[in-house]
Amino acid sequence: MELTFTARNVLIGATLLGALGGTLGSFALLRRQSLLGDALAHAALPGVCIAYLITGTKSPLPLFAGALAAGLLGSLLILATVRWSRIKEDSAIGIVLSVFFGIGIVLLTYIQKLPAGNQSGLDKFLFGQAATLVVADLQVMAVLGAIVIAFVVAFYKEFKLLAFDREFGSSLGLPMRKLEVLLTLLLVVVVVVGLQTVGVVLIVAALITPAAAARQWTDRLGAMLLLSAGIGAAAGAAGSLVSASMAKLPTGPVIVLVSSSVLIVSLLLAPRRGILWARLRERQVAERIQRENLLKDLYLLGERRADWDTALTWPHLMGLRGQTGRELARNARPLVAAGLAERDGDALRLTEDGRKEAEQVVRKHRIWEVYLSRRLELPSDHVHRDAEAMEHALTEAAVTELEEALGFPAVDPHGSPIPARRASGGGNR
Amino acid sequence: MNVPAIEVHDLTVAYRTQPVLWDVDLALPEGKLIAIVGPNGAGKSTLLKAILGLVPTVTGWVQIFGEPYERRRSWVGYVPQRESVDWDFPTSALDVVTMGLYGRIGWLRRPAKHHRETALACLEKVGMHDLAHRQISQLSGGQQQRVFLARALAQDARLYLMDEPFAGVDATTERAILTLLKELRDSGRTVVAVHHDLQTVAEYFDHVVLLNMRLVAAGPIATTFNADALQRTYGGKLTVLTQATEALLQNRSVE
Repeated sequence: MELTFTARNVLIGATLLGALGGTLGSFALLRRQSLLGDALAHAALPGVCIAYLITGTKSPLPLFAGALAAGLLGSLLILATVRWSRIKEDSAIGIVLSVFFGIGIVLLTYIQKLPAGNQSGLDKFLFGQAATLVVADLQVMAVLGAIVIAFVVAFYKEFKLLAFDREFGSSLGLPMRKLEVLLTLLLVVVVVVGLQTVGVVLIVAALITPAAAARQWTDRLGAMLLLSAGIGAAAGAAGSLVSASMAKLPTGPVIVLVSSSVLIVSLLLAPRRGILWARLRERQVAERIQRENLLKDLYLLGERRADWDTALTWPHLMGLRGQTGRELARNARPLVAAGLAERDGDALRLTEDGRKEAEQVVRKHRIWEVYLSRRLELPSDHVHRDAEAMEHALTEAAVTELEEALGFPAVDPHGSPIPARRASGGGNR
Repeated sequence: MNVPAIEVHDLTVAYRTQPVLWDVDLALPEGKLIAIVGPNGAGKSTLLKAILGLVPTVTGWVQIFGEPYERRRSWVGYVPQRESVDWDFPTSALDVVTMGLYGRIGWLRRPAKHHRETALACLEKVGMHDLAHRQISQLSGGQQQRVFLARALAQDARLYLMDEPFAGVDATTERAILTLLKELRDSGRTVVAVHHDLQTVAEYFDHVVLLNMRLVAAGPIATTFNADALQRTYGGKLTVLTQATEALLQNRSVE
């Protein structure tokens, strides 16, 4: 794809912003200050307006300086409000955000009613207008970005400590308050860098979304910062290319949509933390419980009749737990496959291995019943339901420990014998 | 034992207008296991934090081995309450322990190999070197507490201040922590720990500080830890004192 000069500027600016936002956003996310960036962005708006009113130009440096000053003032006001009043941080952020934004909108309206004002183009700071990025803007962004990254690299371990355990840092004698002000300052710089591209309203997404996505994939802060910067940069690049190839699509919102898509995929699919995997694990546990229950039912029926050879028929087994024939067949299949049971038409019989496996489930159940009735002095008719859950959860080590503590009981509170520990040592699940 | 490990003189601490500690005078000997005991809201954690300079004080001063805390900082190790941090933070056990060395590593430097080795050795002392690279949210409560202890060990201090090191840990960890504290004491270090379980105070500690917004008593277990002192610590409200403090501090905050 051939890029126009403007589109190339947008691509560079959006990529740069994405990387910076992702880096600083990670710290904001971990410090639970996601909305701070939002407040700082809104606070910057009146600064832009005042800088324009004073200088009468829209060259980047004065506007950046104005935004920076107002953003800093906003952030210091938040810190001061929390420190010196009873107002909590979330309220302080909300107050500063709305007051500064209100002032900004009033000034913006005033400027647009001025004779030269409607050409000022200041309204681009509201929702961002990446197409207005010129080379001078990019130069300022690059210099500020380099400064920010240099600080993050230099104070990486101190920032990590600030985010994880601030008081411990203070006890080491590190100036945690100054570090906090510095980190907030860097956040303000990144917000200001992003104002023209994605605007006051959406900048928080450029900070938080890549960080939240990156957190899903890694348990290392360093990796999270790099990944978050990478996701931010990629979303910035992809967003600007999409909006360049489809006329009239605004860059800022498209960038936000791209990074949000990455976040959604990460929330669903990331190993360990992903929602899909968690569901899958839950289902596996549920299926195991079903299997163990069927094993146990077969065992208990065999034990009661003292007959292990006659296969038990479907209707008989269906009656025990109110299961349908289909559910039963589904639970029986893995047992047969594992050689724990044999299917004989519409009937099921435990194999030798299956009986040993079932004994272990029954053992956990009965030992837990003994524990409840002896140690917690629950009446014997109260203990069965609890043991139904624990038999699937107890580990072999825990059962052995319990058994020792209880003095190797031979029968459960209902008088049924407790099977011995498996000789071969440990279950195979 | 001429210079006390900690000397606190006329210490008063308030959170905004709420008084927390009132007029505490305290001298704690070196080389002992010392428990700080008192009901909820008695200011136990606050006393530790005031000694560490983490909370602003209204009046009074603190000395560590005869000098202000700022000059003795490297002699003091700190174990905060386990609940005070977010254990879902993306970092490993080894990384947290390495934080105990940040003061020594200095500005603009990364932890070097020998720093990580020191940290690993500290994890080994608390029986956790197998789990060094595990993410901290995947540790049990007792293991997380051991990580915090290892981090304090990495500080290699003469005086350790610990905020409820035994809170919410399993029996095995409790024994392991106790062994560790005794080793520290036997090597001449001083340990001051906020402790909640009155039943084990006499068994675990040499010395006790009974606290309920003011100092009730402090001294060796044998002479100090008795029914009368406990009654004065836990029974009865300090209503008059509380009200007086509040009135005073409210005036002050209006100034």
